Amino acid sequence: MKSRKPSIPYIIWMVVFTMIPIIMIGFTAFTDKQGNFSLNAFTKAFFYTNVFVKSLWIALISTAICLLLAYPLAFLITRMKHSSQNTVIMLLMIPMWMNFLLRIYAWVTLLQKNGPIDMALSMLGIHGSYIGNSAAVVLGMVYEYLPFMVLPIYTVMSKIDNGLIEAAQDLGSNNFAVFKKVIAPLSLPGIISGITMVFVPSASTFLVAQYLGGTDDIMIGDVIDKIFWTDQNTGAAISLILMVLIFVFLVIMNLFGDEEAIA
Amino acid sequence: MEQLSKKTIVSLRDIFIRFDGEVILNHINLDIHEKEFVTILGPSGCGKTTTLRIIGGFVEPESGDVMFDGKRINGTPPNKRNVNTVFQKYSLFPHLNVFDNVAFGLKLKKIPKAEIKEKVTRMLATVDLKGYEKRSVAKLSGGQQQRVAIARALVCDPEIILLDEPLGALDLKLRKSMQLELKEIQQKTQKTFIYVTHDQEEALTMSDRVIVMNNGVIEQIGTPEDIYNEPVNAFVADFIGEANILNGTMIDDCRIKILGKELECVDKGFGKNTPVDVVIRPEDIEITSPADGQFTGIVQKSTFKGVHYEMSVMCDKCEILIHSTKTAEIGSKIGMRVIPFNIQIMNKLLPFYNNILEVQVKYSDEQENYFQFDLEDESITVKDRYYEQGTNLKITLPPDALSLAGDGVGDLKDLYIESVVYKGEHNEIILESDERKWLMLSDTDEQVATYVPLSFDFSKADFEVINPKREG
Repeated sequence: MKSRKPSIPYIIWMVVFTMIPIIMIGFTAFTDKQGNFSLNAFTKAFFYTNVFVKSLWIALISTAICLLLAYPLAFLITRMKHSSQNTVIMLLMIPMWMNFLLRIYAWVTLLQKNGPIDMALSMLGIHGSYIGNSAAVVLGMVYEYLPFMVLPIYTVMSKIDNGLIEAAQDLGSNNFAVFKKVIAPLSLPGIISGITMVFVPSASTFLVAQYLGGTDDIMIGDVIDKIFWTDQNTGAAISLILMVLIFVFLVIMNLFGDEEAIA
Repeated sequence: MEQLSKKTIVSLRDIFIRFDGEVILNHINLDIHEKEFVTILGPSGCGKTTTLRIIGGFVEPESGDVMFDGKRINGTPPNKRNVNTVFQKYSLFPHLNVFDNVAFGLKLKKIPKAEIKEKVTRMLATVDLKGYEKRSVAKLSGGQQQRVAIARALVCDPEIILLDEPLGALDLKLRKSMQLELKEIQQKTQKTFIYVTHDQEEALTMSDRVIVMNNGVIEQIGTPEDIYNEPVNAFVADFIGEANILNGTMIDDCRIKILGKELECVDKGFGKNTPVDVVIRPEDIEITSPADGQFTGIVQKSTFKGVHYEMSVMCDKCEILIHSTKTAEIGSKIGMRVIPFNIQIMNKLLPFYNNILEVQVKYSDEQENYFQFDLEDESITVKDRYYEQGTNLKITLPPDALSLAGDGVGDLKDLYIESVVYKGEHNEIILESDERKWLMLSDTDEQVATYVPLSFDFSKADFEVINPKREG
């Protein structure tokens, strides 16, 4: 017999802290300051189309870079001795114990004019500006979210039964074929959850672009942050659009994932 | 002699391997012939799976040669060996369906698609899985998964198929039918099957030859009949089928003394008055009237097993197991006879009976009346006895002075249980410590290949001072 009783607190939690807020956001987005129905907020939100595009683009690039870095790393970690595995995972996690803002400040210090990186490269005769551009924003994002890509991929990969790898070798696979035919398809669920965990927060993040980006590098998260102080309706509308965009992205991701898993 | 004329396909030469300092295979030699069904049989931890993995290429031996068709192939990776394995847990690819699992090896060989399809379809029919091509492997029963695993290995057309306890996860009935099926597949395909199991019945049913292993060495190689009828030692006799294993003394050629009686036997060459192990199979004991018996005993138990009765008879202090179509009332006195041919004599597993230590007293206290000596990096205290420090002692510990201690206590820690043989009265347990082997008696069944702490009862021990050699 399954009892529903234990799930009641969670249901209450979800209603109070998920359902009701979404409904409130929706309500705010479709009304004006006086509380009358209005599409005005959406009209205003479309002024920020460029910011949407830019945010999603930066999130996409950051996610792709995270994946490119994390996948081989996760694979290498699973090949290590068990004790070393724990150490490396620990090292990956430690920066996350530090305050988010502090980590961004650290990058500002590193990248700024006459900062350590600038100085070092100047000595080699390379002059340039390393802060205040989109690349710096992407760098910040990758730094922030890399662990969220490594962990799910590592978890899935480390659960792949060594017997399957041996079976593949036994049937004639060299290392490359083992990877392509067994490890890659079986680690796909990890990739999908990694992408989700990196893309979603980086699409809606704020402050990173403010500190590391230039004047053009404003992200949609920053817009929401600013606009909510003066115009809650437009802020809600932008949030809602962002939610829909992310939702569409996730649906596409999952479709892609399922097909791959079956093929 | 027929075996000799067959072509040897795999041979292992002096294979030695350790994991974490522990010897897993201790210089084993093995020849496997073409087209034979050979089973490596032994308790868990005996090294049988490691032997298989060495042939498969998953483990490299520390020393020794692995030869295929007379060519040394140490270092050749599994994918370049003409061998396929059926793994213990099947190891089917969960992301592929039945067809793609079976086709896995063929696709890697770049065989044309139509040919792959034909081969896979034919192979699935061989293992009775026609029409299962599109099924997900996760949704198959254990027996079906098993057959997919066999098909996946066979379809690659290797010279040798390795099977690592492939039937272990199946229920008894399915296991029996799969045993016959496997044997049939082997005969049909004319491949060499190397099969690993701890199930002696499975080994006897399927094999052309059986290799009995224990504790990293091969105890015996032979046909199922050889292994059953002529076991080389008490371990093999005990492991294969049911047996009465008794302590005996070889009086002279063809004269054996067991249970206080001198009998005629057919074995020779053990010397005079040599302690030996004797095996008598339960079905080889004939029930007679007490007057006609070589031995007499009181029936303790009789259980009807369908074809025969299984009886336990107490002969003095020793329990004898009998399988007979006749039975006798519980509590009645019966006679027992064995013909000389059915008395199988074997060398003892250990060359000694009492455990003998030669030690030097490290520390002693006359007041408190005790002394200590070092043994294998442990300090051992003997109470109620005093010898001067530095005295050389010979301590004789009979098997019943040894007992297994609980965790954390005991004079010696982590002894490896090498064998447990029931001798009618007690279990004779052979233990292995870092430097020596030990013989002990126990009434409890211990699990071989596990580690236990050992305690000594020095009140049962015999102490002898060895004259100290003068130095310089």
